[in-house]
Amino acid sequence: MTLGNGRILLPILCATLLGGAALGARAWAEAPTPETVVIKDFMFAPMSVTIRAGAQVVWVNHDDEPHSVLSETGLFRSGALDTGEKYSFRFDKPGTYHFLCSIHPRMAGTIVVQ
Amino acid sequence: MPDRPAHPSRRDALKCLAFGGAGTLFVLAGGVFTPIDLAMAGEEASTVAKRGRPLFVQISDTHIGFAKDANPDVSGTLARTIALVNALPEAPALIVHTGDITHLSRPAEFDLAQQLLSGLRTTEVHTVPGEHDTADATVTEYFSRFGQASGNRGYYSFDHAGVHFVALINVLQFKPGGLGTLGPEQLAWAAADLKSRSASTPIVIFAHMPLWTIYEPWGWGTGDADQLMPLLRRFGSVTVLNGHIHQIVQKVEGHVTFHTARSTAYPQPAAGEGAGPGPLKLPPELLPGSLGITSVSEVKHPRALALNDLTLA
Repeated sequence: MTLGNGRILLPILCATLLGGAALGARAWAEAPTPETVVIKDFMFAPMSVTIRAGAQVVWVNHDDEPHSVLSETGLFRSGALDTGEKYSFRFDKPGTYHFLCSIHPRMAGTIVVQ
Repeated sequence: MPDRPAHPSRRDALKCLAFGGAGTLFVLAGGVFTPIDLAMAGEEASTVAKRGRPLFVQISDTHIGFAKDANPDVSGTLARTIALVNALPEAPALIVHTGDITHLSRPAEFDLAQQLLSGLRTTEVHTVPGEHDTADATVTEYFSRFGQASGNRGYYSFDHAGVHFVALINVLQFKPGGLGTLGPEQLAWAAADLKSRSASTPIVIFAHMPLWTIYEPWGWGTGDADQLMPLLRRFGSVTVLNGHIHQIVQKVEGHVTFHTARSTAYPQPAAGEGAGPGPLKLPPELLPGSLGITSVSEVKHPRALALNDLTLA
C-alpha cells in the first residue's frame, strides 16, 4: 500500500511543482510494474513483449536447466540464470530488441519499446 | 598388450562392457573404422583393445556446480571418474576435456573443477569450452583459466605420438538458430593448419557441440561444420570427438569417425524426448551406468585408433 500511495502522490507533487508538466507526470503515473518474461520448458513466454520507453523487463528462469538472456546487439547480457534466478534490464530508447539464450540459442524473443 | 592377470581392473571393465552392452570398440584397419559391438564381440574385442597403447582419455560435460535431482553430487562422480582413469593399467599420456567443465561459468565452479582435475595422474589436460563455460556475462572466466593454449581464441592444435590434434570452439554463437558455429576465421585457420599434414597422419578433432547434425530442433549440431568436412576427407584416419549431448551417438562416414562421449555428471534424454535437452533423472542405481569416459588407444599393426567407452557402473 505504501508503494501504491507513493506512486500516486509523487506524480501529483511533480505536476504541482512543475506547474503542469503533464507529460512528465503521466510518465511517473504509469511507471509500470516491470514486464516479466518467464523462461520455462526451453521457451521465453511471452515471446514478444511491448513496453513503453523507460520500463523494465524481468526475466525469471523456471526451468531446471540454466538459461541466459543475450541481446543480439550486445546491449545486454545476463550471464547464466540458474533455476529461480532473475535478470532485469531497463529499456530507455524506443526500438525492437531481439534476444536469445546463449546456452540454447534456439530460444529467442523480442522486446518492442514504444 | 598381452593378457596380464596383474591388471584385472581393465579386463574386468572390458568384460563388464562386453556383457552390459555399454560400449562400442572402433578398430581402424586399412583406413576404415570398423565398429564392433562389445556385447557381441566379447573376449575378442577385449583382446583387440589390449593390443592397443593408451593414447588419451576423453572426459566431457563435468558440469561442476550442478546439484539437482538428476545428480546431487557431480563432484563425487567426477572424483570417481578420475579414480577410474587413474586406475587404468597404463596411464594415458594426455586428457581431453570436451567442455561444459562447469554448469554456470562461475569462478567457484571453475576453481573446484580445476582442483578435482588436478587429481588426475595425467597432468596434461587439453580443453575446449562448452556453452555452459562461456555463459558468464563477460565471457572471461573460461579464457582467464584455459585461454593460454589458444591465445584466447578457443581453437588450437598440437601433436602427440604422431597424431595431430585439433581443438575447435563452436559455442560462441550470437545468432538465433540453435546450432553451433565455427565461423569463417576459425575455418580458415583450420584449413591452413591441416594443409601441411600428410594424409597418413591420424587426425583427432575435438569440440564441445557435435560437428555433425544429430538433432537440429535441440541445436545438436554445428551449422557450418559442412565447411570443415572437405578439409578432412583426404586423411586416412580422422576421429571427431564431441560432448554436449551426454550420451553416445556415433557415425562413420568414409574415413571419418564421429563419436560423442557420455557426461560424468548426468544423462540427457534421447533426441526429441521431452521439452528440451535438460537433465534426465534416472533411478539412482542406473546413474553410474549412464556416466563415463571414452578411452582412445593406438593399435600399431595395422596402425589404428580404438575408441572404448567406460562407465562408472
